Amino acid sequence: MNTLIGMIPSILMIVSPILITAVGGMICEKSGVVNIALEGLMGVGAFAAAATHVLLEATGLGMPSIWISLGIGALIGAAFSAIHALASINLNADQTISGTGINLLADGVTIFAAQILFSADRTREFKMGMQTDSLGIYPTAYIALVVVVAAWFILYKLPFGMHLRACGEHPHAADSVGINVKKIRYIAVLASGLLAGLAGGCIVLTQTIQYTSNTINGRGFIALAAVSFGRWRPIGVTFAAFLFGTAQAFAIIANNFPALRVLPTEVFNILPYVITLIALVVFSGKNYAPRASGKPYIKGAS
Amino acid sequence: MKPADTRESFTSRMLSSDGAVSVLVVLLGFLVGTILVALVGKNPLNMYKAIFQSLSGYNIDNGKMNVRYIGETLNYAVPFILCGFSMAFAARAGLFNIGGEGQYIMGLTVAQVIGLLGPNVPGLHWALAIIGAMLIGAAWGGIVGILKAKYEVSEVVSTIMLNYVALYLSRIICLQLPGASTYKTANFPETALLSNGFFQAITNNSMLNNGFFLMGLAVVVYWFIMEKTNLGFGLRATGFNREAARCSGIPVVRSIAISMAIAGAFAGLAGGIVALGSFRYGRVLSGMDNYGFNGIAVALVGNNTAIGTMLAGFLFGMLKNAQALMQGKQIPKEITFIIQGLIVVFIALRSAIALYLAWRSKRQLQKEVLAK
Repeated sequence: MNTLIGMIPSILMIVSPILITAVGGMICEKSGVVNIALEGLMGVGAFAAAATHVLLEATGLGMPSIWISLGIGALIGAAFSAIHALASINLNADQTISGTGINLLADGVTIFAAQILFSADRTREFKMGMQTDSLGIYPTAYIALVVVVAAWFILYKLPFGMHLRACGEHPHAADSVGINVKKIRYIAVLASGLLAGLAGGCIVLTQTIQYTSNTINGRGFIALAAVSFGRWRPIGVTFAAFLFGTAQAFAIIANNFPALRVLPTEVFNILPYVITLIALVVFSGKNYAPRASGKPYIKGAS
Repeated sequence: MKPADTRESFTSRMLSSDGAVSVLVVLLGFLVGTILVALVGKNPLNMYKAIFQSLSGYNIDNGKMNVRYIGETLNYAVPFILCGFSMAFAARAGLFNIGGEGQYIMGLTVAQVIGLLGPNVPGLHWALAIIGAMLIGAAWGGIVGILKAKYEVSEVVSTIMLNYVALYLSRIICLQLPGASTYKTANFPETALLSNGFFQAITNNSMLNNGFFLMGLAVVVYWFIMEKTNLGFGLRATGFNREAARCSGIPVVRSIAISMAIAGAFAGLAGGIVALGSFRYGRVLSGMDNYGFNGIAVALVGNNTAIGTMLAGFLFGMLKNAQALMQGKQIPKEITFIIQGLIVVFIALRSAIALYLAWRSKRQLQKEVLAK
């Protein structure tokens, strides 16, 4: 039992970025835009944060460097997601194609930039990452908590949130009562990019010491799964992120448990994906997804 | 989309042609990539020298010719083309198959298992491995089709999930194979390999192998199914308008399942060919090979046609082969990933062309009405 309690900080460390990204993905889908680029957006955010931190650390800036780096990571994530916003909101593009393109582009851009900045296929290592508090918990856990609560409050308690959800359910109705569908969708897509970039920074500053092409390793797609499995609601998405994050954590720490050592660690890696698939089948028929999600909004057409 | 006016302008005719737009999109991708290379202070000419060498085998800098590069480019193109067909086949039925990667990995895994454990009978051994790879790919794709058709599970989400299931499942399986270490298994017996002595002789020992024939066969099969059979017609009808297809008696559920299974078989074949053609030992994958993901781009550039997809696959094979050459000329090889990503983004943005043409024809109409 003690080992289990001792694991909580590392589980929180792994859950937090997945949760932050998933909340972003949820907001985006609630407004009617599917964002499968979360993986790539996390990548550019993680790279930007790692690179900024390495460069600022060298100037002797100290701890503020961490927070500046996180901010830069988030901003770069948002900037990159603008491509997706432009394609899917203004140009009625296929959102899956645009998302795939951004994922491929992110793979190239991050390592290309590392080659230019550090002459290697990864960023230079930084000396000091984020520090834990007295309980052994990284600040990223508190950031994730704030993000979830804020998202819930905005989506369900503020008029803006209701407008946003209306855009995802029935954009024509929203438009007819004077809601600016395109503007709201823009805000939602940029928010998802911001959060994915932030989460990428959280991963790189807590879990490793540099950005490599393996840093994100499918966690953006896990977040995407968490959105579906959590049925597009903050509480469900939080639960899903915890479930999946814990499975991921077990892949790393299963060795501490003799009973689990007999299983290949890959079994825990597979869990989130299999659970999501089963859940999608079990809950099929009842459609929880925002109705207009993934469909471009064309004024006047119905 | 075409304007009513018979005197169509050159631009609108170009913009209405899928092939011309694809060429434009590829050129744009290269253009932006070139600008990026120049911006970071490298010489873009070196990038094109590398690409030219991977295409022709001719090294401009020292005037030496090595046909091995041509062989490697052709060999790299094979999985791109086959994964392109995987995406394209599903796309023709209106499905978005992001699962090429998972289907590819499963094909690769089964080919490695049969390659190491199968009967060491010349001719039969590799054929069994390849058939196994295609069958598992078909099963992996077929699951998606059934989930989609019966339970309305979005194929985008389920294929992404299955990609990662495949990756970790492949690790579990391959770690059990004879001689497995953390990254490779024992060598394959000769009978399992796809190597072709004639190809090796004419291409100065490149890895080009019998997989190239299988790819050629796949091009013909793809074209034949799509253009010449009732099955292909039903699939395309389903893709154009599912409800209309249902009303005209096309079994839509079965069409979707079959099309995903055939799509998976193409990607599984790619996995089998890479496993037994490009390597002498089984690999324990630590990450994706990305042929499946790039297959999406290949099919999009090729407009899901047999010939277009094949040409796009050669383009991607050429870029992949040029990577090492670029790195040798101080050009980060990741520029090729950037160009590929840009191409897909530009393809997404091509919906703007439809908006532009609609706007133009509207304006034209306004002019005509006002003139009266």
